[in-house]
Amino acid sequence: MLTAVTSPKFLRAALPGASFAILLAAIFYVQPRAMSYFGLNLMLQYAVPIALATIAQMFIITVNDLDLSIGAFVGLTATIGATLVASTPLLGALALLAAIAAYGALGALVHWRNLPSIVVTLGMSFVWLGVAVLILPTPGGSAPGWVKAIMGLKTPWVPFPVVAALVIGIVVHVFLMMSSYGAVLRGAGGNPRAVSRAGWSLLKIKVIMYSAAGFFGVLSGLSLIGLTSAADAHIADRYTLYAIAGVILGGGEFVGGRVSPFGAVVGALTLTLTGSFLIFLKISPDWQIGAQGAVLIVVLALRALIKRREV
Amino acid sequence: MSMFRLMGASLLAVTVGAGAAMAETSKMRIALSNNYAGNSWRQAMLKSWDKITKKAVADGIVAEAPAFTTAENQVTEQAAQIQNLILQGYNAIVVNAASPTALNGVVKQACDAGIVVVSFDGIVNEPCAYRIAVDFKKMGSIQVDYMAGRLPKGGNLLEIRGLAGVFVDDAISGGIHEGVAKNPQFKIVSSVHGDWAQDVAQKAVAGVLPSLPQIAGVVTQGGDGYGAARAFAAAGRPTPLITLGNRYDELQWWKEQKTANGYETMSVSIAPGVSTLAFWVAQMILDGKQVPKDLTVPFLQINQDTLEKSLATTEKGSVANVEYTLDDAKAVAAGK
Repeated sequence: MLTAVTSPKFLRAALPGASFAILLAAIFYVQPRAMSYFGLNLMLQYAVPIALATIAQMFIITVNDLDLSIGAFVGLTATIGATLVASTPLLGALALLAAIAAYGALGALVHWRNLPSIVVTLGMSFVWLGVAVLILPTPGGSAPGWVKAIMGLKTPWVPFPVVAALVIGIVVHVFLMMSSYGAVLRGAGGNPRAVSRAGWSLLKIKVIMYSAAGFFGVLSGLSLIGLTSAADAHIADRYTLYAIAGVILGGGEFVGGRVSPFGAVVGALTLTLTGSFLIFLKISPDWQIGAQGAVLIVVLALRALIKRREV
Repeated sequence: MSMFRLMGASLLAVTVGAGAAMAETSKMRIALSNNYAGNSWRQAMLKSWDKITKKAVADGIVAEAPAFTTAENQVTEQAAQIQNLILQGYNAIVVNAASPTALNGVVKQACDAGIVVVSFDGIVNEPCAYRIAVDFKKMGSIQVDYMAGRLPKGGNLLEIRGLAGVFVDDAISGGIHEGVAKNPQFKIVSSVHGDWAQDVAQKAVAGVLPSLPQIAGVVTQGGDGYGAARAFAAAGRPTPLITLGNRYDELQWWKEQKTANGYETMSVSIAPGVSTLAFWVAQMILDGKQVPKDLTVPFLQINQDTLEKSLATTEKGSVANVEYTLDDAKAVAAGK
C-alpha cells in the first residue's frame, strides 16, 4: 500500500493536484474571504480561458511542437468574437472556422516542409496580431450576450469555473487519453516513425492536432470576452507563456507525447492562483514575476526528483 | 404590532440620519490598481499617491490605501488583480486601466459587490465606474490659442506629434488642428513624429528644417519641445515660439532662455499627481458626497511668472507635478 503511494508514477500524477491544493490552502489561510462560492468564482474565473489556451498548447506539445502564437491567436478570436460574432453571427462563425482551418494548414505546413514549429508560430503570431488590429483598431467591441450569459452562469453549489475546468478536463481526457485514435495521436509524439510505419498518416495527425489547438484557441478567446465583455487585440498576449507553463506544470513533457489533460487544466488553475496569492501577500509587483517563476521552478524541481527515482 | 413597526421605522430613520450626518471613512480602505510603472510620469504618479495616502492614513482619514501595479501592462493580469482586490474587501478601487473596455467585466463585478470604482488617466467606460479623464483635445487647442494671443499676425507652425497610432497622439493633434482652423492666420507647414522624446524630436525636426520656410511657432505634445529647440539652434535658425510640456529639461531650457534673452512661452501637461485627485474623489464618494460620473483632469499650466517655482519642485529627469487636496477634488467635482 505504502509502496503504491510512494511510487514515482503516483507521485508524478499527484504533483499538479498537490501543488494546487497547497496553494489553495495557503490562499485560504492568508485571505479567509476567498473560501466561499463568491471568492472561488472570482479567483478562478480568468483561469477558464487560460485553461482552454493551455489545452490548445497541449495538443501542439503532444506532437513535439511548440506554439508561440496561441496568445496572439486568442487575441484575434476575441476581437472576432466581440465584432463579427456579435453583429453578424453567420459571418462571425465563418471567420472563426477559417481561423481554425488556418491553424490546421499551419500543421500541414510544419509537417510538409519539415519546418521548426517555433519559427512558424512565432511568425504567425505577428500575422494574428496584425489581423486582430485590422479588425479592431482600438479596444472595444462588445461580447455577444450568449457568451456573457455562459461565462456568468451561477451553477448551484460548485462555482462555474470549477465546473468548466472539470468538463474541459474530462472531454479532452476521453478524446486524447481513452480513445484508440487518441493513443495514435500521442504516439505521433512518442515515436513518430513507428506510427508512420504502422500506416498512419503523420500529416493527417498534425493537421488534426493543430486544428484541435485552433478550436480550443477559439473557445479561449470567446470565453475571455465573455468575462471582459469587450476585446482588445493585445488582450491575451501573456497566454502564450501561461499556456506553455500550464502544460509543463501539469505534468506534461516537451517531447515524447507525454501529456495530461487534467494536469494541464490544474496547471492553468495553479498559475492563476499564484498571481492571486502573491497579490494577497502584498508582494511588490517588481518581485511578482520572479515569485511566479520561483513557484514554477519549485514544482519542476520536485518533478525532477521524482523522475530520478523513476529511472 | 403597529406600535413595534412604528418604533422600528423611527429607529431606522435615526440610524440612517446618523449615518449621513457623521459619514466616516476612517475605517475604509482604498486600493490603487495601476497597469504600468515603466516611465518617469508613472513613477511620479505612484510617489504622489504614496505621499498623500500615507498622510491620509496617519490623519485617520482612511484605514489603508496601498498601490498595486501589474508587472506587464496586460489586461488579463489587471483584471485578475482587480478581482483579488474585490476579494480583499476594499471599499473603493482607484484604477489606471490598461484598456478602456476590456476591464468592463471585472469593473462591473466590483460595482455589484458594492465597491466604488474611480478610473483616471487610463479610464474605463463601464457606466457604473467614475471617470477622471484627460481632455487631450483641449491640451492641443489651448496651445494654438496661446500662440494666437502672442502672435496676432499669425505665421507658419511646425507640429510635433507623439507616437503614431496611439489615441493620445490623435487627440492632441486633432485639438491642434481644430485650434488652427479657428485661427486661420496660422498654417501648419509640417508635422513630424517626435514620439514624446527629446532625442527623437530633435532628429525629426532637424530632418525637415532645411526644407521649411520661416517658422513662427512650434506646437508640441510634451517631452519634445527641448529637442525641437536644439534642432533649431543646431541649424542656426532663430528660436521660434515653442510651447512646452512640463518636462524638467524643457523647463530648464526655458529658464536659461528667459535669463539670457527674456524668452517667453507657456508649458502645459497633466500632473502625475492626478492619482491623488482620484484618491480624494474616491474618498468623497465613500463619504457619501454626490459626485458626477464624468470628471475632467485639470491641466497643470506653467506660465512665465510661475516657471521658477515649478522648476524648483521638479526633479531632474521628471515632469512638473502637484499633489491635489480634498478641496481640489471638491472643486473638480463641482465642475470648476
